[in-house]
Amino acid sequence: MMKRKLLSTLVTAALICSAGTATIAAAQQGKASDDVVKIGVLTDMSGVYADYGGPGAVMAARMAIEDFGGKMFGKNIELVNADHQNKADVAKNITQQWFDRDKVDATFENLNSAVAIAVQGLGKEKNKITVVTGAASSKLTNEECSPNTGIHYLMDTVALGNVVGKAIVKDGGDSWFFLTADYAFGQSLEKDTGDVVKAAGGKVLGSVKHPLSTSDFSSFLLQAQASKAKIVGLANAGLDTVNSIKAASEFGLTKNQNLAALLMLITDVHAVGLNTAQGLYLTEGWYWDMNSETRAWAKRYEERMKKKPNSNHASVYSSVLHYLNAVKAAGTDDTAAVLKKMKDTPINDMFAKGGKIREDGRMVHDMYLFQVKKPSESKAPWDYYTLKGTVKGEDAFQPLALSRCAALKK
Amino acid sequence: MTEIFGVPTQALMGQLMIGLVNGSFYAMLSLGLAVIFGMLNVVNFAHGAFYMMGAFFSWMLLNYFGVNYWWSLLLAPLGVAIVGIIIEKTMLRWLYQLDHLYGLLLTFGLALIIEGIFRDQYGVSGQPYDLPELFKGAFDLGFMMLPKYRAWVIVACLSICFATWFVIERTRLGSYLRAGTENPKLVQAFGINVPLMVTLTYAFGVGLAGLAGVLAAPVYQVNPLMGSNIVIVVFAVVVIGGMGSILGAIVTGLALGLIEGLTKVFYPEASATVVFIIMAIVLLIRPAGLFGREK
Repeated sequence: MMKRKLLSTLVTAALICSAGTATIAAAQQGKASDDVVKIGVLTDMSGVYADYGGPGAVMAARMAIEDFGGKMFGKNIELVNADHQNKADVAKNITQQWFDRDKVDATFENLNSAVAIAVQGLGKEKNKITVVTGAASSKLTNEECSPNTGIHYLMDTVALGNVVGKAIVKDGGDSWFFLTADYAFGQSLEKDTGDVVKAAGGKVLGSVKHPLSTSDFSSFLLQAQASKAKIVGLANAGLDTVNSIKAASEFGLTKNQNLAALLMLITDVHAVGLNTAQGLYLTEGWYWDMNSETRAWAKRYEERMKKKPNSNHASVYSSVLHYLNAVKAAGTDDTAAVLKKMKDTPINDMFAKGGKIREDGRMVHDMYLFQVKKPSESKAPWDYYTLKGTVKGEDAFQPLALSRCAALKK
Repeated sequence: MTEIFGVPTQALMGQLMIGLVNGSFYAMLSLGLAVIFGMLNVVNFAHGAFYMMGAFFSWMLLNYFGVNYWWSLLLAPLGVAIVGIIIEKTMLRWLYQLDHLYGLLLTFGLALIIEGIFRDQYGVSGQPYDLPELFKGAFDLGFMMLPKYRAWVIVACLSICFATWFVIERTRLGSYLRAGTENPKLVQAFGINVPLMVTLTYAFGVGLAGLAGVLAAPVYQVNPLMGSNIVIVVFAVVVIGGMGSILGAIVTGLALGLIEGLTKVFYPEASATVVFIIMAIVLLIRPAGLFGREK
């Protein structure tokens, strides 16, 4: 961890030096507040979510800057990153330092809902743009919303529940028991999915909360087993989901009950292995093998990271690029002007088609229902999903009319 | 169905069974720690890293060399022990005369380095390790399904723990070891090679951690963080049992596994903390630990 920090400091130092000595060839229009556009990627570099975001997210941001051309208004675009260790207070300290001292203009990724809520709150206070991709709590655009600085880009707990929840209840899975990670994200996911299940005519029989990063899920699974619910909803993420699924298959839970992983990305499927994960339904905002554009980007990413990207990595790339384009179009890095451009411009890239950032900060784009392939159906490494359905953005995300965001109700 | 405090007996029995499985892992890890502390006076913070290394070695043996589970039960701990010997010979041995703190800092640093290397190479999501064919499936105990593999873990851990206890407390070799730690000079005067004995003890201790890692590989995800997740609990177990007490380590390991299992039934949110609450209480009442002797 220290090594990486040291390294990133060195890289930043090198970037600053090179920016200082670079001669500016062409006169450029537009001006950044402090001459330089600087973006921060705040993520979990070494903990349970490091494969979910982590170094891959930093690489995705770097690729976006490179694809943009590396320069804004004649100066090199700078990138800093930090490890928040999944602690909201650490995240808040780093972000505060970024905004106050290091003149960071916007932060990206911000996974872990507790972290995201803290960082978005700080962005609101300091009037800086914060783009959340990895965190999923729907509170970010409801109770904790910040329409003038915060953007929630990838998925949220409402959309996750909507897509998988509806599909499963329709399939006959009408009684649910939740296995919930005991923090902001898990609680949101349980509540939002539970609401969908109930609205669709299903029942929620109960839930059990487990601490973040639990290695042994067997006893929680026994409780789920005892509930006799048809569906055991995993309201957790990352390594916790992986371990839950392993334990479930070991304890024979999958014989009489079905698992629904409410937030599972391809990196998790890879970790569990197709043998255990086959047949699972899951929701994602992006998959590398959807079309030639996604495959091309994934190939470039894989060349650098030696593994395929997940939807979070793709959305970091997309959001950074969208931000940079907006700064260029606005001709300034002023928060209000850039945010307006970001909201006015539809997002059309390899991540989303016709994506739109709503006034509450929610980026609305299509979501996909996938089923994990059987080992026999998978033709190549990372060939894991069969597309089962596409849900239009308007249907997947919470309608603006239901928003609990106080700032919008003026 | 009968209930105890509102929890069906069946569920309770199931939880206790699982507690026993986890307790077995705790017992085996804390046993290694206790042996090392007892003989070397080193607080081996790298224990979790060796446990993780054991799991990774067995994963590597399977995936790179096609070596099956049974052979890796032997080979992986051996590999871990060799790493242990190198570390003891080159680094740890210089610290025996110094305060515990130095050994603790060294091993803590080593743990961070080892974990960092594996994390850099394999990421944190970990690698799947399939169950050996023989252990697929579960026994139906009436009140719960007990996966065959977990039953094997209990049997294996308990036999290894008992064997270790027996060797150290009841055999001639064990008596040399114990004497060597009490008064190394005197024992050396009898013609026994104490430094070699100490090296082998360390190798054995970390080998045990490696073996626990191999046993854990099919149950948990083989991932670089698995050691740091468990090592803190294991330290609490050793502290509660009494530093250096072998019997204490085994009994407390099993008991804490059970208590943790019960907490998961009655108040799951506290399951990660209950061990430390117990530790705090034990330290207040019996600072030397439940089975430790005051010096």
